Amino acid sequence: MHEINPKWLRRLYWGWKDWGLAVKRFDRTQQLIVLFLALLSVFMLLPIVYVFNHAFKPLHELFQFPPTFIVRNATFQNFIELLSLTESTVVPASRYMLNSIIVTFLATVGMVVTGALCAYALSKHRFPGSKLIFGSIIASLLFAPETIAIPRYVIVQSLGIMNSYLGHVLPMIAMPVGVFLIKQFIDQVPNEMIEAAKIDGTTEFGIFMRIVVPMVTPAIATITILAFQNAWGNAETSTLFMQDDSMKTLPFYMGTLTSNLANSVARQGAAAAGALIMFLPSLIIFLLSQRKVIATMAHSGIK
Amino acid sequence: MSNELQIRSRRQMGASAGIGSRLMLKITNLVKDIWKHRQSYLFVAPFYIMFLLFILIPIIAGILLSFTYFNAVQFPTWVGWKNYQNLFSQDIIFLQHVVPNSFKFALFVGPLGYVCAFFLAWLIAQLPTTLRTIFALAIYAPSLTAGIAMTVVWQVMFTGDRTGYLNSFLLKWGIIEKPVLFVQHSEILMNIMIIVSVWASMGIGFLAILAGILNVDKQLYEAGRIDGISSRLQEIWYITVPLMKPQLMFAAIMSIVYTLKSGAIGTQLSGSNPTPNYAGQLMINHIDDYGFIRYELGYASAISVVLLGVCYLLSRMFGYLFAPKEGE
Repeated sequence: MHEINPKWLRRLYWGWKDWGLAVKRFDRTQQLIVLFLALLSVFMLLPIVYVFNHAFKPLHELFQFPPTFIVRNATFQNFIELLSLTESTVVPASRYMLNSIIVTFLATVGMVVTGALCAYALSKHRFPGSKLIFGSIIASLLFAPETIAIPRYVIVQSLGIMNSYLGHVLPMIAMPVGVFLIKQFIDQVPNEMIEAAKIDGTTEFGIFMRIVVPMVTPAIATITILAFQNAWGNAETSTLFMQDDSMKTLPFYMGTLTSNLANSVARQGAAAAGALIMFLPSLIIFLLSQRKVIATMAHSGIK
Repeated sequence: MSNELQIRSRRQMGASAGIGSRLMLKITNLVKDIWKHRQSYLFVAPFYIMFLLFILIPIIAGILLSFTYFNAVQFPTWVGWKNYQNLFSQDIIFLQHVVPNSFKFALFVGPLGYVCAFFLAWLIAQLPTTLRTIFALAIYAPSLTAGIAMTVVWQVMFTGDRTGYLNSFLLKWGIIEKPVLFVQHSEILMNIMIIVSVWASMGIGFLAILAGILNVDKQLYEAGRIDGISSRLQEIWYITVPLMKPQLMFAAIMSIVYTLKSGAIGTQLSGSNPTPNYAGQLMINHIDDYGFIRYELGYASAISVVLLGVCYLLSRMFGYLFAPKEGE
């Protein structure tokens, strides 16, 4: 920040000039729309900027009056505090993190693979009961998951997968939205292509792997993000199905940090750092695959 | 006469034998059919078994549990409709706070969020590709952060002393003289919940609507112009909306589920369940309260079933509005 590279300035200037030209080419309505959306986007993005800044604020800045938005003296103190908070206890923060990574990975892969397989059969095969199966999946979309928490608890208990990774992963695999979205896309894969492959002697699984999956990658990318977000932010399985602290995940730990501490000074720094740690993976994965996601939504796959 | 009778009875016997054998034939055909499609079932099985175990069976079990008294320790005892009777006649908190709150919350967040999503998606669709991507990302971003933003950003925003952003600004501008305890204030909490939920609701539904709008064939707009459609509003009503019914339907369902799911917001904002004076108490909070704080699981299940019923009715309503009509 002390020295400003003239090269950057030049680039910034030309960049803005190009942008100005681009805006001039729009008609009046479009200019208004751009202005409105730009203001709105700034408002929508504020919390993200805030999460980043807050995590690096030293303690006195966290509680400054008037409150500051942008960090002045950035520090890693909060992250150190987050990690050292649990040093004296049995379960270190790194254990929660490791649990989160394992659970999120398994649940995401499990959801995408099983969901895509199921969607393919539902879309391209006519078999007895297929309508009923699809119908039940659609109907379940309507139900808020919290409403079935109680019987779910009983089932997890009777399956004997309490306090195990399976107890985290298996309930998360059942994500009806995923199957629904992938099926909508596979519907658009032309039947002639699949017929041709069949005549050439490709097996069903071969058709799925070599024709269907490559054609619906945008949809699969979208579902991957959704499943990831679901799994990464999920504190429910930890709260309900895990009694051992060593089996719980990061979102649960984050919840214990901030809950009922809204107005107190203690641990706010660690909570801010934890929020950034929770948020970063979602953002990175979304940015990496955003082109595919927007393509899914914008072009709806194959025509 | 007797001859005729004999013939008739023989005919009937033949017919009944026919029905029997036809049924047998049907069953064997079905079994053959199922066996023929065994590969399809293999494809469906991994997901569907999980789905059955963790979604379908819990739904059915929840409905059954709602007719019992169950405290998570003893085996459930059958009580018939008693839970429902209590819920609708004795539960003052439910009738006075939870039902009105849920209605108010759903009425504002559902339609408002939905209209906002449509409006924003339509605006974004008018722009060239690069800008469109940037803005779509910016507006989708809050739903990425929802959970995290909830605990950190909004709590700090509405903190009750002068270090809260909102309090600080209002104090600075002289609008208020002393800090307001926003999230503990029973009249303000609900409004905050609505604002936060609308802000966070531009998620997958928004993307689906955007896709629907972009999917409409541009030539149709030209054809419409020739047929006498003059304003943008007419364009939206006569061309865009009818052509994107599936996406609208999907977005509507997502918004219903989102609205009903977001009961946790009040608890997260105010840091307690029940929320102060039950101001932000929604169905989900009530279920949590009875299920996991008081351990009256049968009663909590009955509330769940009522919630499922509301969900189903709402979705049928949307289904009726957006389902593709015959011959369309």
